Amino acid sequence: MVINKKPRSHNHSLNPNFMREDRTEMSEDDDRSPPSDSVTTTDSCFSKTQTRTSGSTSGSGPSSVPEFQAPYPDQVLENVLENVLCFLTSRRDRNAASLVCRSWYRVEALTRSELFIGNCYALSPRRATSRFTRIRSVTLKGKPRFADFNLLPPTWGAYFAPWVSAMAKAYPWLEKLHLKRMTVTDDDLALLAESFSGFKELVLVCCDGFGTSGLAYVASKCRQLRVLDLIESEVSDDEVDWISCFPESEMCLESLIFDCVDCPINFDALERLVARSPSLRKLRLNRSVSIGQLHRLMVRAPQLTHLGTGSFRPSEDVAHGEQEPDYVSAFAACESLVCLSGFREIVPDYLPAIYPVCANLTSLNLSYANINAEQLRPIIRNCHKLQILWVLDSICDEGLQAVAATCKELHELRVFPIDACEDSEGPVSEVGLQAISEGCRKLQSILYFCQRMTNAAVIAMSKNCPDLVVFRLCIMGRHRPDHVTGEPMDEGFGAIVMNCKNLTRLAVSGLLTDRAFSYIGRYGKTVRTLSVAFAGDSDMGLKYVLEGCPRLQKLEIRDSPFGDAALLSGLHHYYNMRFLWMSSCKLTSGGCQQIARALPRLVVEVINDEADEDMGNFVDKLYMYRSLEGPRDDAPKVVSIL
Amino acid sequence: MAYEGDLNLKATELRLGLPGSDEPRKKSTPSVRSNKRASPEISEESRTRSNSSASIAENGDRDICAPPAKAQVVGWPPIRSYRKNCFQTQQNEAEGTCMYVKVSVDGAPYLRKIDLKVYKSYPELLKALENMFKLTIGEYSEREGYNGSNYSPTYEDKDGDWMLVGDVPWEMFIYSCKRLRIVRGSEGRGLRH
Repeated sequence: MVINKKPRSHNHSLNPNFMREDRTEMSEDDDRSPPSDSVTTTDSCFSKTQTRTSGSTSGSGPSSVPEFQAPYPDQVLENVLENVLCFLTSRRDRNAASLVCRSWYRVEALTRSELFIGNCYALSPRRATSRFTRIRSVTLKGKPRFADFNLLPPTWGAYFAPWVSAMAKAYPWLEKLHLKRMTVTDDDLALLAESFSGFKELVLVCCDGFGTSGLAYVASKCRQLRVLDLIESEVSDDEVDWISCFPESEMCLESLIFDCVDCPINFDALERLVARSPSLRKLRLNRSVSIGQLHRLMVRAPQLTHLGTGSFRPSEDVAHGEQEPDYVSAFAACESLVCLSGFREIVPDYLPAIYPVCANLTSLNLSYANINAEQLRPIIRNCHKLQILWVLDSICDEGLQAVAATCKELHELRVFPIDACEDSEGPVSEVGLQAISEGCRKLQSILYFCQRMTNAAVIAMSKNCPDLVVFRLCIMGRHRPDHVTGEPMDEGFGAIVMNCKNLTRLAVSGLLTDRAFSYIGRYGKTVRTLSVAFAGDSDMGLKYVLEGCPRLQKLEIRDSPFGDAALLSGLHHYYNMRFLWMSSCKLTSGGCQQIARALPRLVVEVINDEADEDMGNFVDKLYMYRSLEGPRDDAPKVVSIL
Repeated sequence: MAYEGDLNLKATELRLGLPGSDEPRKKSTPSVRSNKRASPEISEESRTRSNSSASIAENGDRDICAPPAKAQVVGWPPIRSYRKNCFQTQQNEAEGTCMYVKVSVDGAPYLRKIDLKVYKSYPELLKALENMFKLTIGEYSEREGYNGSNYSPTYEDKDGDWMLVGDVPWEMFIYSCKRLRIVRGSEGRGLRH
C-alpha cells in the first residue's frame, strides 16, 4: 500500500463539494477532509485505516452522522462498485478510489488483488491483512538500495518472517510473491511452501538469508509453481540438491531463473526437469553449467524466449579434439529467443554460436563477459532490434561506437566496469557516451560507469536523447571534474534536467558544486529518485533539491557536506517521500531529533558503526521513512530510532 | 607474499616501482568476501576525506600520485559485491592465487566460503572467522587447544583427517586445508587427546 500523496493539482479533480451533494444518496459518512494540505490529507488517509468499519452494511461509522438508513441501496451500490472496481488495476488509481468515501474505501479494499508495499516498515503485516482481505499477489520491498554496497549493517532488518506468518493465515490462496531486498530464511520459505497450496510465482530480487534448503521446500511443495526467479540474491550452499526436489510429474513451470545461485547443481536432474516442462519459456542457468550442458538443455527446450547461458565455457573434463556439439544449430533452433544473458565465464571463441538469434534479440546481457570491441562487433552488428543492452566496459569506446551504429531501437543501456576501482585506466569515456547519444536516439535509460567524462558529452546526450527517463552516470573517481576543461560537472547534469522532460531517476557524480543542485531544483520537476555521492559544497545544495523537486520520493545521499539546516528545509516534504538516506554527511543527532519531533509519522533511524567511538558529533547514517506503525521492534543495537 | 619452497621469483622481478611497493592489482581487502561487512576504519576515512573541502580540483590527468587509501572506500564505486567478486574470483582463479574453502559452524544454518590466501597468519584467520560468525574462538595453546571459549576451529586436511587449526605451521596449513569446521567446545577438545 503506497501512501502515495499526489500533488495538489490532482486532488482538485475530486471536488469535495460534489461529494457532499451525493451524500444522502450514498448514505455513507464522508469524512474525507478537503484536499487543502498534503499533510492533512495524508493524515486522513491514516485515520481511515484506523476507523475502518468492519462488515457493517448500514454504513454508519465511528464518526457517525445522522443519516438515512437504507441497507438495500447500499448493497446494490456496493455490488456495483465491486464489479466496477475490479477493473482498476493500477495501484495509484486504486489509492485514489479508496479516498472517495468510506464505501469506496471498503469496496476497493475487497476488490484489490495485488498488494504493493514499497517499504516493509511503512505498515505492519496485521494492518495490511486487515484492510485487504482478498489479496492474491504481494510485492514487498525492504532495505534501502545502499544496502547493496555494504552501507547497512547485516542485521539491520527487513525480515520476511512476520509477513509470511501473517499472510499464511490471511491469504491462504496467495499466488504470487515478489520480494526485493528482504531477508528471507529457509523457515520462511518452508512456511510459504506449506501455507499456499495454489502458489504460482516466487520472485526474489536482491534477497538474502536463505539457502538451497529453502529452495528445496519450495520446489517440492509448491505443486502449481510456474515461476521461480532468483535474481541477484545471495543463496547459501547448504549442499541440498533442490533441483531434484521438483515433482516428477509434468510441470507447469514457465520460468526458472537461478543464475545468481553460486553452487553446483545436479545437472541430470535439471535436464529431466526441463524435459518435462513444456511450458518453460525462461531459463537462466548458473555458472556451474558448462556450454556442453547448455547444449543439451537447449535441444530439449527450443521454445525458450529467455535464456541465461551459464558459464559459456566447456567443462574441464572435455578432452581436446573431442567432437563438440553444434552450438550454432542449437541456437538456430530457438526461434523465439528474444532475451539472452549469462556468459558468466565466457570463452570468447564460442560467442559466434549466438549469431543465429541476434536478429531477433530485444535484450542482451553481456555484463559478465570480458570481451573486447573486436569480439563484440560481429555480434552487435546483427542486433537491429535490440532494446536492452548490458555490457562491460571491456568493449571500450570502440565497442560502444559499434553499438551506436546498429542498435537504433536501444532504449536501455548499462555499462559496468570490469575493474571497479578509482584510479585505473578507463576503457570507456565521453567518447563512448557521445557515440551512444548520436546513434541511439530513443534511449530512455542509461547507467554508465567511467573514469573520465566531459560536460560536452553529457550535454550532447541531453539534447540527442530527450526521452531519457533514467540517467545514472557514475564517474568512479570521486570529485573528478570535466577532464578536458577542468570544470565541475554542473553544466552537464544541469542540461540533463533541463532538456529531458520525462526524467524520473537521476544519479550524479564527479565534481559537483551547489550549482548543480540548483539546476536540479529548478528544472528537475519530475524527478522521483535522486542519488548523490561526494557532491555539493554546502547546505544550499540539499535545500535546492528539497525545495525544488515536488515529486521527489527517494533520496539517497552519501559523503556530501549537507547538515542539519539542509535537513530541516525538507520538513514540508518528508511525508510525501518513501525514504531519505544520508550517510557520512554533516548531520548531528540534534538535527535528527528535531525532525523526529516535528514529524511524528516519520521513523528516524540513526545508525552508528560500532567501532566508531569518537566520530565527533556527526551522525554516521540516517535513514528515515514514513510509517503508520512508529518505531519498529526488530532493530539491532546499532540502530537507534529517535 | 613469499611462498616457502618457491624460487621466490617475485623478489628478483624487474619492475618499475619502488622496492616494496605492491603490484597495482592487489587491492582486495580481507573483507572482500564477506559481502555484508562494512569496515569501520574505512568509512571513517571516507568521511573525513569528504568533510574536508569537497571542491578539491584535481587536475584532469590520471593521478599518478593519488593517495593510496583512495581506493578503499566502502561501497564505492556503487557496484554490488557479487559483481565485484565475480571478476576478482575469475582473475584469482586464472592466476591460481585463490584458495577457497567452505566453513561450517555447528549450529549455524548455512555455510560460508573464504579465501585462505587472503590471510597471512592464524590470528588473522581466526579474527575473521570470529567476525564472520559472531563468536569467540579464543587463544590457541599447543597443549590444550582452544581454551576459554565455546568454539574450536578444526579443518579437514588432504588425507581426510580432522585436525585442530593451529597444529601445523601456517604455510603447511593453507596448502593442506580442504575445509573448515568450527565445532562446539567439547568436541574440539576431543581432538587434543
